[in-house]
Amino acid sequence: MDFVDYYKILGVSKNASEKEIKNAYRKLARKYHPDLNPDNKEAERKFKEINEAHEVLANKENRKKYDKYGKDWKHGEEFEKAQQQQRQQQRSQRSYTHAGSGSSFTDDDFSDFFSSMFGGGGRASGRSTGAGFKGQDFNAELQLNLTDVYKPQQQILTVNGKKIRLTIPAGVENEQVIKIKGKGGEGLHGGPNGDLYIKFNVVNNTSFKRDGQNLYKEVELDLYTAILGGKITVDTLDGKVKLNVAPETENGTKVRLKGKGFPVYKNQNNLGDLFLTYQIKLPTNLSEKEKDLFKKLQKIRNNE
Amino acid sequence: MNKEKLIQIETLCVHYKIEFSFVEELQHKGLLQVVVLEERPYLHQDYLADFEKMIRLHYDLNLNTEGIDIVFNLLKKEIELREEVKTLKNKLRLYEKE
Repeated sequence: MDFVDYYKILGVSKNASEKEIKNAYRKLARKYHPDLNPDNKEAERKFKEINEAHEVLANKENRKKYDKYGKDWKHGEEFEKAQQQQRQQQRSQRSYTHAGSGSSFTDDDFSDFFSSMFGGGGRASGRSTGAGFKGQDFNAELQLNLTDVYKPQQQILTVNGKKIRLTIPAGVENEQVIKIKGKGGEGLHGGPNGDLYIKFNVVNNTSFKRDGQNLYKEVELDLYTAILGGKITVDTLDGKVKLNVAPETENGTKVRLKGKGFPVYKNQNNLGDLFLTYQIKLPTNLSEKEKDLFKKLQKIRNNE
Repeated sequence: MNKEKLIQIETLCVHYKIEFSFVEELQHKGLLQVVVLEERPYLHQDYLADFEKMIRLHYDLNLNTEGIDIVFNLLKKEIELREEVKTLKNKLRLYEKE
């Protein structure tokens, strides 16, 4: 547990007036407020810090105690006494919730230093509006393989001890977020439940590359099949497919296999396409006989 | 309109300890859609999260309704840009060598 310099956090001097503290807090709150910084963990952490600093410095009693014992909190006997008294006084008010699901604060949001010195609770200032009416929104992340989201997935998630049966539609994109209404925290005083937001991290466990509903893959083609044409078998997500290769196929030729791509999100019967790009592989370690034959071919070509 | 999903503005004002005039102002500025049934104003619960955010911006950060409007517009733009970045990042994988 480290000493926390609340003056430094708010960027004010030790002899700052109440007004200066208030202004510094408001300025920083406008910068780091969670509502203005969605999905920004660093801003959330900073906001908690400045909130805590404000809790202490905006309250005369708290500030006095902090100024007197703050730095010596580890050793001061007086501090120990003061701490005990404080705990007794504030035991009854340990938990509270700040307004709204977007910025809920509980004792857990205060540092160990704060809890040790002020015993938690006891908001010094700020709004006194009631807690959120709507339940808290929950966020969860789920990792899935690309092959998992090729077809709808049945999953059972445990969120806050409650089991939620979930059907994940085929075609979910990487980092896509879906909202499950009413599966967040319980509403207060008859308010609606919060929502559950699930972010999908889709790991590509295939040799295909994906762009939305289309898949892409490079296919090696041997020189002779490319020149003379022939039949090859390629893998798709749906199984193997036989393809006719046209004679004199050039390197980099693209082939489109309609409906062999990825399902469209929430429209699983509508599939995108698979685009194959032929990479012609030249033979290596040629035997003398092969070299002779290539020379003959070269002569024929040059004499034409 | 499903009445079950409507919450009386009066209940919300009592719960959040806010003035009704604030709700009226939000409504007049087009930031909040209020439904009137039998002369009583209601809010659809789908707009509750936004409404709570407006309350916090107003009471915690001292933003007036014009400021709230600007913040909501900018946040909307940010969300759109994030979506675009996400799509582009996913697309970029096409050109990355394993």
